[in-house]
Amino acid sequence: MIALIRRLLVLFVRIVVGARSEWRGCTPDPTRRIYFANHNSHVDTVAVMAALPYQVRRLTHPVAARDYWGTNAFLRFIAEKGLRAVLIDRKPLPDSNPLAPVERLLEEGRSVLIFPEGTRNSSDEIAPFRSGIYRLACRFPDVDLVPIHLDNLQRILPKGSMLIVPITCTARFGKPLRVEAGEEKGAFLARARAAVIELADGGPVA
Amino acid sequence: MTSFFSIVLAAILGLLAVASAIGFVLQRRATEPGSVATVHNLNARIRSWWIMVGVFGGAILLGDTATVILFAFLSFMALREFWTLTPSRRGDHLALFLSFFVVLPLHYVLLGTAWYGLFSIFIPVYAFLILPAVATLTGDVNEFLARSARVQWGLMLTVYSISHAPALLMLQTGTPSALLLVYLVVVVQLSDVFQYVWGKLLGKHRFSPNISPSKTLEGLFGGGASAILLGTLLYRLTPFSPLQAAAVSTVIVVAGFFGGFVLSAIKRDLNAKDWGYVIEGHGGVLDRLDSITFSAPLFFHIVRYWFTT
Repeated sequence: MIALIRRLLVLFVRIVVGARSEWRGCTPDPTRRIYFANHNSHVDTVAVMAALPYQVRRLTHPVAARDYWGTNAFLRFIAEKGLRAVLIDRKPLPDSNPLAPVERLLEEGRSVLIFPEGTRNSSDEIAPFRSGIYRLACRFPDVDLVPIHLDNLQRILPKGSMLIVPITCTARFGKPLRVEAGEEKGAFLARARAAVIELADGGPVA
Repeated sequence: MTSFFSIVLAAILGLLAVASAIGFVLQRRATEPGSVATVHNLNARIRSWWIMVGVFGGAILLGDTATVILFAFLSFMALREFWTLTPSRRGDHLALFLSFFVVLPLHYVLLGTAWYGLFSIFIPVYAFLILPAVATLTGDVNEFLARSARVQWGLMLTVYSISHAPALLMLQTGTPSALLLVYLVVVVQLSDVFQYVWGKLLGKHRFSPNISPSKTLEGLFGGGASAILLGTLLYRLTPFSPLQAAAVSTVIVVAGFFGGFVLSAIKRDLNAKDWGYVIEGHGGVLDRLDSITFSAPLFFHIVRYWFTT
């Protein structure tokens, strides 16, 4: 039953926003990876999930904010059951590690999808990345981090609107990167952000 | 449907079968990387033609309602391709939503119910006034005139113009009006195919490298003349005499050229090679229907003015 709902959700998203994928820097592969993407709209998470082939999607868990996706039973159902999302606190209690559930999934060999801008961004610019992705990269130095650029999503469902315009979205997957030995936090975050921006205009073909 | 229609249908299927056979032989023969790519693209196009003929032919056989629904869906896909490439701002969001989910369906309902008076003015008068009015509500004046023009052109090309092909079903001409639609589509599409074939075989002189790099003078004239000849031979699908059919198919072919050029010019302006990706070998729906956007309204008006009873 849940599996059927998942399939229908993916089908629905593919019809509404297209959710095409373009693999530019790597190929779809069910190995453990950290996917990271720019964040413009509530549709982002479902768009990336719908763009992933089934074999990859079933092992990939999007990281979602508890303060939005946990607000009611419906959203919670879509997030946790429909998308296999892991909900985290954006404003954690002091001395707690909000990324603990994400690290646990990676330890189990699963892939995760994160949005390092932290919040949906309403301008055309990609906001500076928050540090969570750096901590994951240091904790799992042998895992590939795959940049994803999503286009058009802001035009499909902009912040503050409930109306979906059925423009086609493409998810471009770039060349994987890892944290380099001795790389500072700021330098790594800038490099990761640049990798997403580079994909915006089509990006380099590997 | 007349028995002549069955002959046309059999001829189209026969043509496709021959094309598939040629494609199969060429695939065996092609060895150089360049010709392998061309043959691969040719075979993708032929496969897509089978599907397009199946879908269009199926809708025609199912009747008028199915045909109108098919074209409404094609307009939807074309409008979507238009807006995927065309830039829009936050202030256009409501106008775009209304284009897709209010204007497009209402226009096709007017078509389906044969309310010609409102059908002909709903988009070019009312949608043209209302959508910019809605856009003012957001207070975004940035590039307002250009943005309004894009919203209007999107609807004009992908909904209003294309809908004039199924609008032929409203007309009483003494011949089954579905055959007029078949006539239009066959002449326009074969004109494109003939241009492609003539261009590949004899094409030397580029016609307009800026707009359409693959179009050649040889392709345009050879393809156009072949399509006009075919349009003349098919006069029995229509209320036209052979001479009238020659004149009407000339109008269809010339308008089709310009439809292709205008849509290509917009595409280049937007830095895109194809409008979309849904039809293998052809690009998007709009890449296949570009000639129809200009030829359908002209053909519709010619038939309505001179040939309705």
